[in-house]
Amino acid sequence: MQSKIAVRQFNFHYGSFHALKNINLDIPAHQVTAFIGPSGCGKSTLLRSFNRMYDLYPGMKAEGELLLDGKNILGNDVDLNLLRAKVGMVFQKPTPFPMSIYDNVTFGVKLYEKLSKSEMDDRVEWALKKAALWNEVKDKLKQSGNSLSGGQQQRLCIARAVAAKPEVVLLDEPTSALDPISTAHIEELISELKKDYTIAIVTHNMQQAARVSDFTAYMYLGELIEVGDTKQIFTKPGRKETEDYITGKFG
Amino acid sequence: MPVHTPDNPIYLRRRWLSRFHLSMAWCTMAFGLFWLGWIFFTLFSEGFNGIGSHVFRLDTPPPGMEGGLRNAILGSLMITVFGLLVGTPVGVLCGIYLAEFGQKSWLAGATRFMNDILLSAPSIVIGLFIYELVVVRQGHFSGWAGSLALSLLVIPVVVRTTENMLKLVPNSLREAAYALGTPKWKLVMMVTLRAAKAGVLTGILLAFARISGETAPLLFTAMNNNFFSTNMNQPIANLPNVIYQFAMSPYQDWHQLAWAAALLITLTVLAANIAARYLSKPKH
Repeated sequence: MQSKIAVRQFNFHYGSFHALKNINLDIPAHQVTAFIGPSGCGKSTLLRSFNRMYDLYPGMKAEGELLLDGKNILGNDVDLNLLRAKVGMVFQKPTPFPMSIYDNVTFGVKLYEKLSKSEMDDRVEWALKKAALWNEVKDKLKQSGNSLSGGQQQRLCIARAVAAKPEVVLLDEPTSALDPISTAHIEELISELKKDYTIAIVTHNMQQAARVSDFTAYMYLGELIEVGDTKQIFTKPGRKETEDYITGKFG
Repeated sequence: MPVHTPDNPIYLRRRWLSRFHLSMAWCTMAFGLFWLGWIFFTLFSEGFNGIGSHVFRLDTPPPGMEGGLRNAILGSLMITVFGLLVGTPVGVLCGIYLAEFGQKSWLAGATRFMNDILLSAPSIVIGLFIYELVVVRQGHFSGWAGSLALSLLVIPVVVRTTENMLKLVPNSLREAAYALGTPKWKLVMMVTLRAAKAGVLTGILLAFARISGETAPLLFTAMNNNFFSTNMNQPIANLPNVIYQFAMSPYQDWHQLAWAAALLITLTVLAANIAARYLSKPKH
């Protein structure tokens, strides 16, 4: 299987803290890869390295290689805006921009494409349908994104991310602030989205990882303990630590 | 022995202390409000006596003649508006620099320090500064010099509120915008500044309230003018200096007009403050 993102000898430091240690991993294209592990294990840090979100803050250092389609994205010559347009991200808390639902969805599109009004309308409809939000908002596209409920806001953020047509979508605990019904909506969506995108998801919820992902990576204290086929990780993990975490003996 | 009884001495003592402090707090509040109430009462009763259509129709009169405040109202409006027009963009841009770009750099730190000094600088010093810089070189007083002096009072207020309001915008919103590949300038213009819009406008309104009663900076710059004039290149009438001049005079009718002018300024400041409160009130 072709890997979309390849992680090679990857190390990450927050100041003097060694947050990620010698990570080697492949994220296959058009599959869902889930990252699980106890708080502080480095799973979010790894995810935030894929679009170099860490660059916004001083004192962070990444070493090794992160290959996107075979090209290292850690170099100083990488255009971060272009990288982030290719690698979209949805965060733990919904982050609608202070503008209308329509403008939220078109925000990322307008940065890189010049579309006619009707093309843009089509794109908005397409993205909102992908995010399973269209039916709820089609009559109020001019309303503020903040007027939606939490679950709807999160789907709006997903629509905003996919509307820009990235190649990879990173989901950082996308349902941890949502109720079970909104969570179910978004989980259905994830399986739908993998046809077009490569997906990496960080989650605290092991059942969620089992439900939505094709591959699962278990991390602990900055190390990648085990990665493999989700079914296999959850039924007969190769390592004792993984088994202990999955069965709830630890974590 | 049970301790949770109404006659527990520790409890009784604490209850007495609590009541004592609460009543002291009420007393201090009443003391403060009493003077404010008195000022308002005097201002309103004296001010409304002097107010009428003539105030807006006629210009400032010589003693003993019928007159109003038309030239001073218009002059004040012009000086204030131009002061805001100059000070606001500078203040907002500087606030954006401090919150979004400079952050913890030494230049931002130095700017913040200078801004704090400017914020607490006596306005008469600002007036003297513009007097030296503009009035002396031009050889005459002018409305522009007045606007310039007021803009120097606007800038620090707007810088401070803009920076603070932008800092209140959660970082998650910035990350979300960056995650779409948004360039920084676009992020600031389209996302964070929009999110902080109400707060920034509040700051501008408060700056407006601050400068609309300033007298000292205009004394050395715009000076005064007893005639109707819209020429910003010449001395121009303004309400604070009319109050200053008329209130110090021995003439009863001038006193009346000074009260009317004071009332107009107070009502303007009050309106600006109410608008600012309304704007900064959280929605929903």
